[in-house]
Amino acid sequence: MPLSGPYADEGADQLRAYELVVEHLNGQGDGGMIGTFSSKTLDGTGILGKKVAFVSGDTQTKADAARATAKSMIEKDGAIMITGGSSSSEAVAVQGLCQEAGIIFMAGLTHANDTTGKDRKANGFRHFFNCYMSAAALAPVLEKQYGKERRAYHLTADYNWGWSQQLAISQATEAMGWATVENVLTPLASTDFSAYIAPVLNSGADVLFLNHYGGNMVNSLTAAVQFGLRDKQVNGKQMEIVVPLYSELMAQGAGENIRGILGSSNWSWQLQDAGTQAFVKSFGTKYGFPPSQAAHTCYAQALLYADAANRAGTFNPCAIVEALEGYAFDGLGNGPTVYRADDHQCFKDVLVMRGKEAPANKFDVLELVEVTPVAQVTYAPDHPQFAGGELGTCNPGA
Amino acid sequence: MDALLLQVLNGLDKGSAYALIALGLTLIFGTLGVVNFAHGALFMIGAFCAVILNGLFRMGFETLDPTVLDFLGNPTKVTTTYIETWFGPELGAALIDWTVPLSLLLTVPVMVLIGYVMERGLIKHFYKRPHADQILVTFGLAIVLQEVIKAFFGANPIPTPAPEAFQGSFDFGVWLGFEVNAIIYPWWRMVYFVFSLIIIGAVFAFLQFTTFGMVVRAGMADRETVGLLGINIDRRFTLMFGLAAAVAGVAGAMYGPINSPNYHMGMDFLVLSFVVVVVGGMGSLPGAVLAGFLLGIVESFASLNEVKSIMPGIDQIIIYLIAIGILLTRPRGLMGRRGVMEE
Repeated sequence: MPLSGPYADEGADQLRAYELVVEHLNGQGDGGMIGTFSSKTLDGTGILGKKVAFVSGDTQTKADAARATAKSMIEKDGAIMITGGSSSSEAVAVQGLCQEAGIIFMAGLTHANDTTGKDRKANGFRHFFNCYMSAAALAPVLEKQYGKERRAYHLTADYNWGWSQQLAISQATEAMGWATVENVLTPLASTDFSAYIAPVLNSGADVLFLNHYGGNMVNSLTAAVQFGLRDKQVNGKQMEIVVPLYSELMAQGAGENIRGILGSSNWSWQLQDAGTQAFVKSFGTKYGFPPSQAAHTCYAQALLYADAANRAGTFNPCAIVEALEGYAFDGLGNGPTVYRADDHQCFKDVLVMRGKEAPANKFDVLELVEVTPVAQVTYAPDHPQFAGGELGTCNPGA
Repeated sequence: MDALLLQVLNGLDKGSAYALIALGLTLIFGTLGVVNFAHGALFMIGAFCAVILNGLFRMGFETLDPTVLDFLGNPTKVTTTYIETWFGPELGAALIDWTVPLSLLLTVPVMVLIGYVMERGLIKHFYKRPHADQILVTFGLAIVLQEVIKAFFGANPIPTPAPEAFQGSFDFGVWLGFEVNAIIYPWWRMVYFVFSLIIIGAVFAFLQFTTFGMVVRAGMADRETVGLLGINIDRRFTLMFGLAAAVAGVAGAMYGPINSPNYHMGMDFLVLSFVVVVVGGMGSLPGAVLAGFLLGIVESFASLNEVKSIMPGIDQIIIYLIAIGILLTRPRGLMGRRGVMEE
């Protein structure tokens, strides 16, 4: 996970989750979501009776560093499963490596469609949601909140994830009758977005999509609010801003600017199901603050791998692939979930969130607007946004 | 027309930051002959002075509020700040609200001290070394400084809002006779632009109208001769390093409301600021300021959709294209001294 670079805070939270899940797998602590997980193969005695140990490395939020770190773990530390990462470029790079090496890869924070689309691999699995799912969950809420006739302007981070997110959102909103006025690509290294925000004011658009993540999102949103976009009336309608992918850690950085802004999330510590409650209690007691969705997806991925190995009765990667493909489970905080065999993507409910108007504390930045049912975010494995990839065959390794 | 004017304004506030950083870089290069790659880190540390002051203002004692529960169902901890207790709720809240401007009082001495320590403790050992050595050591120092900040404050941006009186935007277009809502401009960006002009003016006045400044300018022109006159030019140059650090620091402290401070913000500005220095002319203070504003405006115009539709990606490379053009046709930059970078 990235312990340096722009996503280092996400990486630190992921590391906390891995430390916690290893404790739970080895029978320490309160067991967290092991107690709520629908599968009952995990009993605190490790995996297949073996105590779980792990090594961690800094991926620096860079694909090449992530690949080098994972390679070192496989070759020097003898890792039999790799998990983590905080960006899609890292995920795609490490997933490719794990496929070549015959190691299972349980992806961490990766949202681009390509991870389980054109770059999908038989040895790789993604629990986190993707750009298509964000768009499918958000579009009906946007229609309900802002109406059918809207003109959208996109500011899009100029790299794989940004293009993927913009395409998904524009297709979903155009399908419900919105027009896309403009899509402007912004350099990933941009820090001041004022020059990109100014043209929005005179474009005739009444909704601005910020297809940005991390520091880009914080800075572009801050500039948009500073330039009075949220107070502006266009076409007789209130101008609105939407951030398709939320990160609660980043939302804290945007401060008051995030208030009232809609976006999507994979999971939230505010959910009331038993799995979430158990995880939040466990994590919050140990670390003193609620877990992020990055921590949640990593914790869930580690449990799913452990359970799959137990059910398969072996650490053979191909047996674990078989155990995970098509596997339906519950109790891990997202409701009933399925690991689809066709692309190794988890299908589960998606959350639509909004920046909270009156936060009670610094963690209380987002509020739940809607839990979008899984059926609404499910797509065919050969959907055009995911085309061009093949899982191939599982590599059992040495 | 209104869109173009808005881009000019955007360019000016971006250019303000470039100009202030480039001004400090030029001061250091002009006096000490050092290429200081840690200058962006000084801008970042300045921004974190505002963050630190905000943290200090928000320090207080905690009481439990049983009526509000935290995420684990325990009574919430409510913090009452010391300054609200000492100065009353109204003055205490006002101090917190005005953290960013007030942080200048902290930033200036802290940055002068950091600059002094940096120069005496590290940089002075590299005066007679090649520029490549200076770049390596100052770049390394920049990385160390940003990692230290990250260790204490994390990697994510930290919101540092402007005082409430300067939040939001105003209708600049109406002042110029345009229709309502044609040119909306944020208050704080205007404040930043005016602030940068004041700082730039103050630095020039200091160098132009004080004896100290006169000696420094003489030292920049001919260090050896000034030394032969019995003037301790090294001590003055050390203080200029502190001044340059303070200029970068106050530029960073006031920049927080425009972009929330993060540990990496210095690096984001560093390369562009060096390009500004090269375009303006190595060692030329007016050149650094002029190039800062010019390149800020050019960058803004290159971000216009109309321009990008003709030349996609031009916004990412325009500044570097200009730098290449300048280096090929006028290596001493817009206002550089004849002979500098031309031998």
